[in-house]
Amino acid sequence: MSDPLLRAVGLTRHFRIGGLLSPKTLHAVDDVDLEIGRGEIVALVGESGSGKSTIARLLARIYRPTSGEIWFEGREITNLRTRRQRLAYASDVPMVFQDPFSSINPAYRISHAIQRGIKLHRRELSREQRRVEALRVLDAVGLVPAEETFRKFPHELSGGQRQRVGFAQALAFRPKLIIADEPVSMLDVSIRVGVLNLMNELRAQQGVSFLYITHDIASARYVADRVLVMYGGHLVEEGPTEDVLARPKHPYTQLLVAAVPDPRAPLGLADAADTGEPPRVVDPSEGCRFAPRCPLAVDICRTVTPVRRELGPGRLAACHLAEPDELKESAA
Amino acid sequence: MTAITATMRPARTRLGLGALRRIAGNRKALVGMLLLLFFVVLAAFPGQLAPDDPNAEIFRPALGVSSHHWFGTTAYGQDVLSQLIWGARQSLLIAFAVGGLETALAVLIGVSAAYLGGIADGLLSLLTDVLLVIPIFPLVIVLTAYERNAGFATLVIVLGALGWSYGARQLRSQTLSMRNREFLQSARVRGERRLYVIVFEILPTMTSLIVASFLGGALYAVLTAAGLQFVGLGDPNSLSWGTMLYWAENNEALGANMVLWAVMPGVCVALLGAAFALLNYAFDEVSNPALRKPRRVKRG
Amino acid sequence: MAERLLEVRDLRVAYATDGGDVIPVDRVDFDLDRGEFLAIVGESGCGKSTLMYAIARLLGGGLPGEILGGSIQFHGHNMVELSDRQLRHIRWRELSVVMQSAMNALNPVLSIEAQMRDACKAHSTMSNGQIQARSEEVLRLVGIDPIHLKSFPHQLSGGMRQRAMIAMALLFTPDLVIMDEPTSALDVVAQRSLMMQIKQLQEQLGFAVIFVTHDMSLVSHFSDRLVVMYAGQIVELAETRQCFDAPLHPYTQGLLEAFPSIRGEKKHLTGIPGSPPDLRRPPEGCRFAPRCPHVHERCVAGPPPVYDVEGDLVRCVLYDRDREAVNA
Repeated sequence: MSDPLLRAVGLTRHFRIGGLLSPKTLHAVDDVDLEIGRGEIVALVGESGSGKSTIARLLARIYRPTSGEIWFEGREITNLRTRRQRLAYASDVPMVFQDPFSSINPAYRISHAIQRGIKLHRRELSREQRRVEALRVLDAVGLVPAEETFRKFPHELSGGQRQRVGFAQALAFRPKLIIADEPVSMLDVSIRVGVLNLMNELRAQQGVSFLYITHDIASARYVADRVLVMYGGHLVEEGPTEDVLARPKHPYTQLLVAAVPDPRAPLGLADAADTGEPPRVVDPSEGCRFAPRCPLAVDICRTVTPVRRELGPGRLAACHLAEPDELKESAA
Repeated sequence: MTAITATMRPARTRLGLGALRRIAGNRKALVGMLLLLFFVVLAAFPGQLAPDDPNAEIFRPALGVSSHHWFGTTAYGQDVLSQLIWGARQSLLIAFAVGGLETALAVLIGVSAAYLGGIADGLLSLLTDVLLVIPIFPLVIVLTAYERNAGFATLVIVLGALGWSYGARQLRSQTLSMRNREFLQSARVRGERRLYVIVFEILPTMTSLIVASFLGGALYAVLTAAGLQFVGLGDPNSLSWGTMLYWAENNEALGANMVLWAVMPGVCVALLGAAFALLNYAFDEVSNPALRKPRRVKRG
Repeated sequence: MAERLLEVRDLRVAYATDGGDVIPVDRVDFDLDRGEFLAIVGESGCGKSTLMYAIARLLGGGLPGEILGGSIQFHGHNMVELSDRQLRHIRWRELSVVMQSAMNALNPVLSIEAQMRDACKAHSTMSNGQIQARSEEVLRLVGIDPIHLKSFPHQLSGGMRQRAMIAMALLFTPDLVIMDEPTSALDVVAQRSLMMQIKQLQEQLGFAVIFVTHDMSLVSHFSDRLVVMYAGQIVELAETRQCFDAPLHPYTQGLLEAFPSIRGEKKHLTGIPGSPPDLRRPPEGCRFAPRCPHVHERCVAGPPPVYDVEGDLVRCVLYDRDREAVNA
């Protein structure tokens, strides 16, 4: 991608766990490269423990990477020194959180957090201007009448409304990229689509890019241009959404796509044997982390960690056995 | 998650009309509040309420109960009732001062330890734990004895500086459980400084715990101060319920027919303590819905 | 040919809140046959969990709510009228419950073996040897190596914990197992695997299942019949396939439309804007009317009756053409 908005190379994050007597390392994220372009919605898909939330926090600078670099608009932001630089990045790349019931401080009205954000990042605005801006973003996320929501306390709003407030808080910074960490997972099914539509609208009307993190690959299909699949801290597959879902190249992606319940399709019999045992990410050995579960695994899979290879335009997969597009059409 | 969650009131009370209404509805709170108010009025207007000058040794000593002297006179000819009324002031002042000092320290240390984590947490927790383990009362006695006739300021500092550890533990636990609440991460991500987050994002959600800590500290102060003064470690020339007990004991009041002089100050200490204790219980119930009595469905 | 196992008639449950009484289960009727898999589907606040707790007689005690009226006929008894002592005979032997989160339902300080022993001792007079044998047997049934009897809950993965819960529920091969969203804490792959396991066990042992969930598509391939709940009432009750192929109630239609599909053409979805009504003051007429795309005046005038449309029960005035209402 030429001139991406955000670029991460070799992103790695390890956590030390265990006590003094038996120290262990948890490899939450290992060697992930990713790019997000302007006005693009990229989905990061994976199960819990896959590292997707850690990537979100690395990109939002909540965690510092153990190794690797992050560039934003061509400048490296992995180690920002001054508070002003950090604030500038925080306003360009804010985050929306998963739990609508704990992502807003219950002690204050909705106006509080939005206006604080504006005050911190757009100092040039007067108090009245801040208020107008806050109302504008509440309106932009569909919380009308904005005046009413402005004055309410979080417990007076529904889960869907609170998530919209989360987006409003992010919009108040006039961001270029919003990192949305499972924004709809805790919402009712009938409300989810509304919030997903909101993301599409914001992208279309305001040109904001999104990194949409989710475990629900069907919702990823609904909003995302490109999808990145994570497993056990590794990025295992990447590509345009339709292509990845129609012709998944990595066995894990194939398993994921097959396991999604779809009432309109008949029940497949495959993979009932896979019980979903999680990968080993504590002091893992070399080799593919999916190998213990992979029906296609061969010796090399257990000893050599697969590298991401380009198998087509914009299509990458980390699997020793994946075939490039031109050579073979892998069976859907 | 039910739809009711969306309309449920938050578990934490905001200080305001809602809280007052809840206090009025709760029997324990009401009694505690009234008791406290009673003593506050006594402490605020002793000159108007007390019939005599408490220090004036002008009456016949060891008088019994009469319409002039509701609780009789002391061995020095002072009116017991007036002493009680004037004494309220010191007890209340100690309660609020120590409660305030102790709560401030507990909040500062407890919340910071949890939020800062790492070495800071290690050191602060060590300090807290050491103070928790050391038996406080003997230490208090030693410290107050060091300064002869400990005055008001000494008592407040000693009690306040030693009594914050329990509250600090509680606040630390509460903060730890909240540390990963997403709205705190959200505040950090938008660029708030740590101190701001602690003071303006964490503390407002813990008002009930802080108030409860204050009430507990006040209770502990009233009882401990009275105890210290009774043993003679206070300033015997000051006027408080504890010193009344001291002088009564010195003059063997119980045996010498001045029973009320010996008993009433203790009763006052107990009532004031009870006021704080009741408010404390009630506050717990008000802020923690799980402790409330289950509501009954209205039939019909 | 199938024998009636459970009959719920006119069940009403209420609980008290600050703002008044809430009726999360408002006159619910349905039947269950032996060996049948019935899914109860709905979103948060619809009352499905309360309904489940009511049937299992778990209300009161820690869970808010009490049964106001109606009957639950099970094995010849009206469960509503049974005392605690009588319930203890039924619990776990004839009826068991699998909760939503194993981490919450299992005792974290006891091994799986100890918990199974507790359950066995509480509901039977089995000897220790018999208990041991049975514990190993049920673990094997759900695909867990009996060596894990000695494990503690936190040592097992999420999927294994849920299967251990199901194993415990099957200790006495009850006739009815009630499950409250047992897969919601699991990943998609583990979910699929668990569902297939449940279905296989059901076919093997012949118990009936009441499966409460918010995810309709999850049960689409496993349940025989489907109950859709909204705002404390059943709005549709039909055979699963029929419900998915031709949903009748506008809420069911909206719900099905709200799932983005992973295959087929990609289209714009709208979900169901709005929120469910406040159950402290439910509306006079149809409770879904404010959000319904097909609403008209009859909907708000009074409560819509239930109609039988070729075996599909639906609570909606749209279907009143020449039909008699079914027990209003």
